[in-house]
Amino acid sequence: MQRFYNEFIESCRIALAQIQANKMRSVLTALGVIIGIVAVTLMGTAIRGIDTGFQNSLAMLGEDVLYVQKWPWGPVEDWWNYNNRPNLVPADADKLNRIIAATPGSLLEIAVPVVGRGSPVKFEDNKVNNVFTLGTTADYARINSVEYQEGRLFNESEAGVGREVCVLGYDVAEALFPGRPPLDQMVRIGGHPFLVVGVFAKQGEFLGLFSFDNQVVLPLSAFQKYFTTRRGAELRVKAKDKNQLAAAKEELTGAMRRVRGQLPGERDNFNINEQQAFKAQLEPVKSGIAIAGLFITGLALFVGAIGIMNITFVSVKERTKEIGTRKALGARRRSILMQFLIEAVAICLIGGIVGMVISYGLFMIIQQVAPNFPVAFSPDLVAVSMLVSVITGIVSGFLPAYGASRLDPVVALRYE
Amino acid sequence: MSSSLNSVNTSSAGSLSGTAQRSYREPGPIVIEIEEVTKLYKMGEEIVHALRGVALTVRRNEYLAIMGPSGSGKSTMMNMLGCLDTPTSGHYHFTGKDVSLMSDDELADIRNREIGFVFQTFNLLPRSSSLQNVELPLIYAGLSPTARREKASQTLRAVGLGDRMSHKPNELSGGQRQRVAIARALVNNPSIILADEPTGNLDSKTGEEIMQLLEELYALGNTIIVVTHEEDIARHARRIVRLRDGLIESDLRQS
Ligand SMILES: Nc1ncnc2c1ncn2[C@@H]1O[C@H](COP(=O)(O)OP(=O)(O)O)[C@@H](O)[C@H]1O
Ligand SMILES: [Mg+2]
Repeated sequence: MQRFYNEFIESCRIALAQIQANKMRSVLTALGVIIGIVAVTLMGTAIRGIDTGFQNSLAMLGEDVLYVQKWPWGPVEDWWNYNNRPNLVPADADKLNRIIAATPGSLLEIAVPVVGRGSPVKFEDNKVNNVFTLGTTADYARINSVEYQEGRLFNESEAGVGREVCVLGYDVAEALFPGRPPLDQMVRIGGHPFLVVGVFAKQGEFLGLFSFDNQVVLPLSAFQKYFTTRRGAELRVKAKDKNQLAAAKEELTGAMRRVRGQLPGERDNFNINEQQAFKAQLEPVKSGIAIAGLFITGLALFVGAIGIMNITFVSVKERTKEIGTRKALGARRRSILMQFLIEAVAICLIGGIVGMVISYGLFMIIQQVAPNFPVAFSPDLVAVSMLVSVITGIVSGFLPAYGASRLDPVVALRYE
Repeated sequence: MSSSLNSVNTSSAGSLSGTAQRSYREPGPIVIEIEEVTKLYKMGEEIVHALRGVALTVRRNEYLAIMGPSGSGKSTMMNMLGCLDTPTSGHYHFTGKDVSLMSDDELADIRNREIGFVFQTFNLLPRSSSLQNVELPLIYAGLSPTARREKASQTLRAVGLGDRMSHKPNELSGGQRQRVAIARALVNNPSIILADEPTGNLDSKTGEEIMQLLEELYALGNTIIVVTHEEDIARHARRIVRLRDGLIESDLRQS
């Protein structure tokens, strides 16, 4: 054991000295491994980044909120089947809430109507176009867990009488009130004056498609006073227990059919959407990245492994006489095998470390240039890369190292 | 029993470079015994009979020279005696053990513990210092780094290279290189030192110095076999074995 340990340390020393003596050759050989590790880590960061970005986005939708809408989320082929459906109206929410209240042990808590459209928002000379303008009731607070930068949501009495009050999304407030407090100021939404009673905290983008910070929320009655929308309303329904979402969805479907007065056997003329729908859409993107990444990684590592095998063969050839001398001095086969294996592994590990550093640099650049691009670097990627490097080294170094260990000492000593 | 160990290790630094008288020591127990040994090499179609049936007994405390013209089988014999090679037929007993039955790893251990090689071309590792070169056999013997350093530097001092420990081979003269190689052969206290044309790559003056060193090692109790084709070199030995065409032509003691 002691002997093995001493030989191991010695082999590491020799390997490092050897690599140092052949710097250029070693680096060129390690190139394949470097590329492979860069590919595998970038793939890892991208997939992980998409995952976390996705989780964050889903959290914005609310894990326990079901969306009753005319259209499903995601693409549909038979659009004509959906087009003819009746629009949802805010009154549907009242009907739904009555049914929920009348159902003992209901899994649903509350339904909140939401209407929306894009409008310009203006304060003095500052203007933001196409702000997502959302009309809802004071119950919105119960389905939305968002924090407030300042102020509050409008209350029931303000909403009831349709007062012209509003809550600004973070980016809208920033744009309209640079360096000034927005509370109690009058902004113009679509040309109509509204009093700012609150500002939402920053929420970020949803899958990079839609910003929750570029919206303004008004009382439903005020919205209806000034604006119309062709799209109709949607109902956001909060479930009591996010772990029983499937059952809650079933109950909601039944309740909605009653609201709509649908006959048994008739197809639902509404859609119940939930965050889950997005997961299915994202899967192919993730597996696409994984397949491409693994392909590039595999190819680069394959080329790298061949390069390292070749360089180890060259190294064995060049040092045939040294191998003979070592054997004459008492090196066993195992010692020679280990010496050249460690050399191959060391080149791979250096390649792996360089690859990691390059990936980390690229990752930092991506974060600087595109902060919203979903990437995440993690320690287990480092571990995986190191493991991949070591395995590549062992696999590619084994054949030449084994050959070296089997050399006849007399033949090796005679080699010039 | 292990007189060579004590003699080298107890000698103070550089003591080996003192004057060496022509000493003679009574041979001890048998170290090497070969009988009817042959060695064939196949070169494509052609078969080379490097050894055609030789018998030789070498005892502890002998100083033996193997002579003969080029191609007579001296190196082949030396490799066999050094357990680097196995005979095609015949028997080889090293300190009583049958070497022909040993595995590669067992042979490696014998070479490590019992045999010290000195090569014509020195065979030092070019990127390693003198000290590291001398430490090599000790690594394969499983010694700890401190024990290695200690023993290797002691042996280097004994061959008069106490001030050249961290020099690389290309920073040393030919004679100094061969001294490092001799220190490396000595460091693990082998039963026997085998030197194949140790002066072949040296000028005659330096060669003579190396032979003086071997003379001193012999005087301290080491067993030595030198291969050479030069009479001047062979004259240092106490016994001369002459080979011709793979056969022993003569085996003479000289005073
Ligand atoms: N590995 C080998 N393969 C083929 N022939 C060899 C080999 N080693 C030695 N020989 C042949 O065996 C004979 C003896 O060689 P060697 O022992 O090296 O002689 P010496 O050392 O006396 O000059 C020579 O004819 C040589 O060509
Ligand atoms: Mg020879």
